[in-house]
Amino acid sequence: MARSTSHAGSPTGTRTTFVDVLRRMSAPLLFMSPAVILTGVFFFAPVVILFRISLTDMSSVTGLKNYSMIGWQNYRTILTHPNTLPILWTTVRYMIFTLIFFNVGMALVVALLSTHIPRRAGFIYRALWLLPRLTPSVVYIMMWKFIGADTPYGILNRHVLEPLGLPTANLVSTEPFLFVVLTNGFIGASFGMIVFTSAIESIPRDYMIAALVDGCTMWQRIRYVILPMISWPLLFVTTYQTLSLLTSFEQILLLTDGAGGTEVWALWAYHRALSNYYGNFQWGFGAALAMILVAIGIVMSIIYMRFFRFGALVQEAKIEAL
Amino acid sequence: MTWKQRLSSAIPVILLTILTIPVIVGYLWIIISTFSTRTYGLVPVDREGKIGGLTLRNWAFLWEDKNIWNVTLNTFLLAVLLTVGVLVISAMAGYALSRISFPGRKAFLGGTLILHAFPSVTLLIAIYFILRQIGKIPVIGKGLPVIGGFGYDTIGGVAMVMVALQLPLGVWLMKGFFDGVSWDMERAALIDGCSRLRVWWEIMLPSIRPGIAALAIFTFIGGWGAYLIPYTFITDQERSTISAYLQSLQGDTAPVNYSNIAAVGIYQLIPVLIFFIFTQEYLLSIFSGGTKGGT
Repeated sequence: MARSTSHAGSPTGTRTTFVDVLRRMSAPLLFMSPAVILTGVFFFAPVVILFRISLTDMSSVTGLKNYSMIGWQNYRTILTHPNTLPILWTTVRYMIFTLIFFNVGMALVVALLSTHIPRRAGFIYRALWLLPRLTPSVVYIMMWKFIGADTPYGILNRHVLEPLGLPTANLVSTEPFLFVVLTNGFIGASFGMIVFTSAIESIPRDYMIAALVDGCTMWQRIRYVILPMISWPLLFVTTYQTLSLLTSFEQILLLTDGAGGTEVWALWAYHRALSNYYGNFQWGFGAALAMILVAIGIVMSIIYMRFFRFGALVQEAKIEAL
Repeated sequence: MTWKQRLSSAIPVILLTILTIPVIVGYLWIIISTFSTRTYGLVPVDREGKIGGLTLRNWAFLWEDKNIWNVTLNTFLLAVLLTVGVLVISAMAGYALSRISFPGRKAFLGGTLILHAFPSVTLLIAIYFILRQIGKIPVIGKGLPVIGGFGYDTIGGVAMVMVALQLPLGVWLMKGFFDGVSWDMERAALIDGCSRLRVWWEIMLPSIRPGIAALAIFTFIGGWGAYLIPYTFITDQERSTISAYLQSLQGDTAPVNYSNIAAVGIYQLIPVLIFFIFTQEYLLSIFSGGTKGGT
């Protein structure tokens, strides 16, 4: 007789005992535990730990044992710290520029353009835009460093600025903010590009053809048919990428390490706590800085999931080429 | 087609190409650079500055540099551990979430989505402390061969952290893949007395092979090129990864030696490019697999 996996009580019809519950739960327990344990240890526990550390003055001065609880002192320090406002402003500027010009802007432009050309060519261009995201970050940043390097080695200096007679310099040093936006932008654009392409391609063909038949130009069709129909993915990508940009700093770390006015909040926290920036590791203070981002992250993640009914956006995953 | 029509249908292509130029130029440069003594911009030059200077000298690092093979092994280990870990654990959890009803299932599902959106990079500071604690556990903390254990300053530890941080995406994708498999074979097997574990292993997993392949490739590429987490949690030079090594090379060389470094860069890039060229559809399906953004 089959061992039943149904949930209508035990097979013999008597009361369900603890052993029965265990037996019923053994499969899900087995399957779920590694994932549950790992996410517990590396997602939930860290939030608690981070919060606790942020309430201490732990640093390499105090060591891991001789720290003391100082309550909200770190947070108060942040409020009055001379670096706070400039770094906050840099972070906001970085987010806005990269978002508008690349993560949403370029993503939309590339999605629109690549869906108006023959399919095969569209694939190729979108694949090219995906390449930065797949490239090891160190290699990718190295490319950009070379694009901006000084004459006669740098590409921009050698092939653009020099022939035009303009003054040359190491552009990454003279325009660090610009390059930070560029490097992050080309990676970030690929996410929106894929979402928007999916969305554009799921617009019913009838609408698209009807618009043209009714005398729309390409631009009018984009403005009056396509854009309104992808407004939901547009909003989603914008907010999702906002959170993503707020907390990303790996490329900035590699490109400028925060020099030249490119230190963003997340990098500040990382520097303070995990690199010998000020001659010592300031775990307590860095944790407080990070905690602020964590709090924002939690709130925004929950908002996405409820407001965007992200679950509704997720349909059955099918393996198909874009 | 009139020339006017031809022109207007060429405009998108022209525009796209212009926009894509930085990408094309960047990769062109690194390829040219590895085979040149130096490059002025995109043009290979030799020591005197005349055009030419094509050479394989830059590739001498493969046998001259003592560190490169060590570092490559570490990176490969990390990528493999990461991929196996993510695949196995996500496949297990994904199956349970997709096919088994148990208390808390909805909560887990919702939690997975929230975790996926949450920026895990903010937790690095706390994870540092967790790894140090794990390092204190005897044997598996620091004493294992090859991977060095699961604590701080070990490949195992870094792999474990990276697996955990990739789980939300992995579980979510796997659940999606399982959702698409038809119920029939599974039900037949369960009725015939198969255990859940056997059903999972012999029926469900083979059915989602393309999905597994896609996730495997995507995860491997991510692990191969990872920088921040290995750099943050490994201080021993012997145990570092190619990315950390490459970055340290850039720290103390003048720009003139960029061609040398570019060779190491391409060396790291080659597997990625190979995967990219031959398994493009799989990669693109991962990016779009969870976000079929409809109206």
